[in-house]
Amino acid sequence: MGNLGVNFYESASVILFGIGFMNLLLQKNLIKKFIGLNIMDTAVFLFLAAKGFVFGGSAPIIVDGITDASYYVNPVPAGLVLTGIVVAVSVTAFSLALVQRLYQHYGSLNMDVIMRKMKEEEH
Amino acid sequence: MEHINWIHNLPFFSIFIAMFAILLTAMFRTAKMAKRIHMTMMCIVVILSAILTYHMAVAPETFTFTMGHYPAPWGNELTAGPLEALMALVFGTVMLLSVMGGWVFIEKDVLQEKQYLYYIMLDAAMGAMLALIYTNDIFTAYVFIEINTLAACALVLAKGTATAMVGATHYLIMGLLGSGLFLFGVSILYSITGHLLLPQIGEAVTVLAASGQYHFALLIATAFLFIALAIKSGLFPFHTWLPVAHPIAIPASSAILSGFVVKGYVIFAIKLMYSVFSVEFMHELGIIDILFVFGVLGMVFGSLSAMRQRKMKKILAYSSVAQIGYIYMGVGLGTEIGLTAACFHMIAHGFTKSMLFLCAGSFVKQCGNIDDMDQMRGIAYKNPVAGIGYTIGAMSMIGIPLLAGFISKLYFATASIFSEGKMAASLLVLGISMILNALYFLPSVMAIWTTKKGMQEAKRANISPWFITSIVLLLCINVGLGVWYQPVIELIEVGLQLLQK
Repeated sequence: MGNLGVNFYESASVILFGIGFMNLLLQKNLIKKFIGLNIMDTAVFLFLAAKGFVFGGSAPIIVDGITDASYYVNPVPAGLVLTGIVVAVSVTAFSLALVQRLYQHYGSLNMDVIMRKMKEEEH
Repeated sequence: MEHINWIHNLPFFSIFIAMFAILLTAMFRTAKMAKRIHMTMMCIVVILSAILTYHMAVAPETFTFTMGHYPAPWGNELTAGPLEALMALVFGTVMLLSVMGGWVFIEKDVLQEKQYLYYIMLDAAMGAMLALIYTNDIFTAYVFIEINTLAACALVLAKGTATAMVGATHYLIMGLLGSGLFLFGVSILYSITGHLLLPQIGEAVTVLAASGQYHFALLIATAFLFIALAIKSGLFPFHTWLPVAHPIAIPASSAILSGFVVKGYVIFAIKLMYSVFSVEFMHELGIIDILFVFGVLGMVFGSLSAMRQRKMKKILAYSSVAQIGYIYMGVGLGTEIGLTAACFHMIAHGFTKSMLFLCAGSFVKQCGNIDDMDQMRGIAYKNPVAGIGYTIGAMSMIGIPLLAGFISKLYFATASIFSEGKMAASLLVLGISMILNALYFLPSVMAIWTTKKGMQEAKRANISPWFITSIVLLLCINVGLGVWYQPVIELIEVGLQLLQK
């Protein structure tokens, strides 16, 4: 249990990932669903950023000719987070556009209501 | 700088051309130009992949292509071997023929001013698929998985109707759950191995597996990655989006979705399993057995659900669930011959299912957009090309000799005999599912060839020559694979051996 306290960033990100995942899976409201998606993605970014951080390290730009790796934080996770953010933004934009169109047609954001109305329209 | 064989540039060029086609199409913004650019791009990609495959068949090797000449632990890499080249060739051909046969539907069902966007999505799906096959970097794979999901989702949406939107939302949500798990799996794997390139992760995993360090973290990461890929490819308990998305998509989209989008993830899973985790370690973690159980369940339940359907496209969608089950069963057997069977089945199913969807789409269009088997009585006489295509496709899926589906079933059966502990289960399920396949395909085949009493004289429908060409080519490939399967199997075997770390 002690490790959970030491790695509190990682613990928090795993909990947040769980919250986001279950929201995306179980929420009926589409907007809340996609907020869940964002929580889930951001949790992973927190995890990556925490993994790349070196306590006492500075930004990974060589200054004063110091090339010792332990002096800097790991830049790779930051790059991954940036890419991940771009992906998350585009996915969110796509899904919100979809939700907007669904709302215009069915007048509801609730997935159950939408499914019911779709079945009614079919018959 | 070391000398590079010009052949080694081909994987990069095929990805680059597909991505460049998106930019070109976005500049011209007309449906006509978009179509031309797409077809040119596809022809080039197929030719490049064919050259690469031929080269691999003559002199099998695997090579890595370093992007920007940054060496291994830092740079981004592409890798290609016989298996990758063959799969790129197969998926390119499936895409080319599906779009060629699906032109009629694209022009009819997609709004004129939105058509160029449809072609952009096709280009994106192709580029992402090629990148997913060739990449040697797990994070690049994640990015292209996302691109592929969004492109496929947009392809499902193409009709723009409300039902299409609901189906696409289902697909999107399932896809995003998978992406989230994949990203988290990649992050955990990165944090315990410190690498993103597959061979380097592989080495680190071997060391970790031997020392027993981070065993639980490794288990979680592997489980997340494989569950994510299983969700994306529609394996049984996560298959719910497949039967929703297929019937509402236009036939070209369905053909592409079932023909290759879902398969790309399986290829990546095989690559992960062979070149990163190694089969023995997957056995130790127990993940391979879980994939096997899900695959076997998918084979039975997919077929059972297909039997209850009266709509042709739903039957085909559930049949896809069952066939994905076959593929995962082959993967789950964990033997080389099982994986060979799985890879061959991907090829056979890709060619067959795209043909089935195009033919079913043609029937539905002829019935005035009513997708019901009872409405389609005798329709094969009005539309003989689609009728023959559907019948041969169904026979191939059931496993009639001389057709591609028979060879994969033969190899699945052989593979199950040679696998310890799983022989009884897999042989039994193979037998059951073969009967079920016949049971759900035969009613639809019988329906299209039997006329009702008092029906008016069959009138030939007006069928586009491109549709006929595409169906005939798919038929030839199907029969060709069923008769001259040996070179393909050999290429797959060599590819799998080279992939193994």
